[in-house]
Amino acid sequence: MILFDSFLARAAIAGAGVAIAAAPLGCFVVWRRMAYFSDATAHASILGVALALTFDAPVFAGAMVVALLMALLISTLSGRGMASDTALGVAAHSALAVGLVAVSLLPDVRIDIVAYLFGDILAVGHGDIAIIWGGATIVLGLLSWRWSALLTATLGSDLAHASGVDPRREQLILTLALAIVVAVAIKVVGALLIGALLLIPAASARRFAATPEAMALIASGIGIGSAALGVWISWIFDTPTGPTIVCVAAAAFIVSSVAKRA
Amino acid sequence: MPRLPGQRIVSLISVEGLEIRQGGRQILHDVTLAVRKGEIVTIVGPNGSGKSTLLRAMIGAISPSAGRVVRQEGLRIGYVPQSLPVDRNLPLTVRRFLSLPKPVSDSAAKSALDRAGLPQVARAQLGALSGGQMQRVLLARALLNDPQILILDEPTQGLDQQGSAAFYRQIEAIRSETGCAVLMVSHELHVVMAASDRVICLNGHICCEGHPEQVASAPEYRALFGTGTQGALALYRHEHTHDHHHHHHDHSDEVAE
Repeated sequence: MILFDSFLARAAIAGAGVAIAAAPLGCFVVWRRMAYFSDATAHASILGVALALTFDAPVFAGAMVVALLMALLISTLSGRGMASDTALGVAAHSALAVGLVAVSLLPDVRIDIVAYLFGDILAVGHGDIAIIWGGATIVLGLLSWRWSALLTATLGSDLAHASGVDPRREQLILTLALAIVVAVAIKVVGALLIGALLLIPAASARRFAATPEAMALIASGIGIGSAALGVWISWIFDTPTGPTIVCVAAAAFIVSSVAKRA
Repeated sequence: MPRLPGQRIVSLISVEGLEIRQGGRQILHDVTLAVRKGEIVTIVGPNGSGKSTLLRAMIGAISPSAGRVVRQEGLRIGYVPQSLPVDRNLPLTVRRFLSLPKPVSDSAAKSALDRAGLPQVARAQLGALSGGQMQRVLLARALLNDPQILILDEPTQGLDQQGSAAFYRQIEAIRSETGCAVLMVSHELHVVMAASDRVICLNGHICCEGHPEQVASAPEYRALFGTGTQGALALYRHEHTHDHHHHHHDHSDEVAE
């Protein structure tokens, strides 16, 4: 299929794959106020990229392992009541800085770090698409399997305990899903803008949804639309693709705010 | 507490020698109590006395540093939290909320809302409810699994006196209808004590317990709440027994709480 072989089509398919997983997960990020949490996790993945390049391992795997470790660390801290906004902010920025320094220390490797900070979606190949859609399928599977329990835990940990739902277990599921999304999104929008792809479609969908399920579906639609439109616009105007996708999502958010008020 | 033979069978949930420490601070120690079938037990105590902590330990949300919580096998608990702050970015109708985590039928949801005294709100958003409506929705959700014990943590916080009196009457009605036990925490001594079979006065440990009148006259209780409360309790009892005659009483003692 000629269309599938064009790099633009591959980019759109990859972007849609990330968006379809990031949007429903992003709803939980919004509902549970985990924006800083997801930023810290995403930023830590740069360190994972550096380590993967050092040990000649797949970048996806490196990013995912380090993102998962970071997410587990801060969710343990917050479980003990220690992770304030400040602590999460410290973790997020430190992880990014350490990652950048680690990349610069790599011997004999000249990599374009910008590609990992902001994504390089036009360079995705068939293998990348398989990994992205594989990861997205796992995330969507996890979320739909645990959906009701996740919602219950989101409403309150005491309520969850009394209903036979262990909120720590649900937090762990979200943590795992987040690490997977970070790993598959790093090539598409980059470590710095993953948070945007989680938050903005969910925030835009809020105004049109009366149930959590509707919000997740609408967010997915907005995310996929932003990815497709962003790829196309970046091609026309020769702008960086990852940031362009986020700009389209941000525009959707503004339109949704105005549309509801009108 | 000495355990009589057979007591284990009727006690739905019990706590033995419970100690809870949080961040190095001892919140509760040497707490032993049991709730039996069908009784209404109220825990009173000043702020920071560990009332909510005790309930959270009993529903399994906190693990004890020492001692244990024993629940009857397969005990169905209906838990009503102090409040449920729902993030305004989470769209959730009352009907959908009742189906978390387990889906319930429309008729079950309707009958639970009816019993909680709030039949008309199934399609409303949780965030749009008043404090009193929210408490009743939480009560309705707690009733869904046909609980053997209802556990309520300051369920009338933010309600005015009339509102909370009505809420406690609803609890009493549910108890006589379903025979479920009720364990609740409250700071509204005079309202809640009149509706209780047994009162436990807590301040880090159990200071005293017994029938409401016994507790209200116990020196440990007076040391915590002052002597005025007993008058308020008596006044409430008086009011309560003459509820239908609408006599006007001198309410000067009511400020005592």
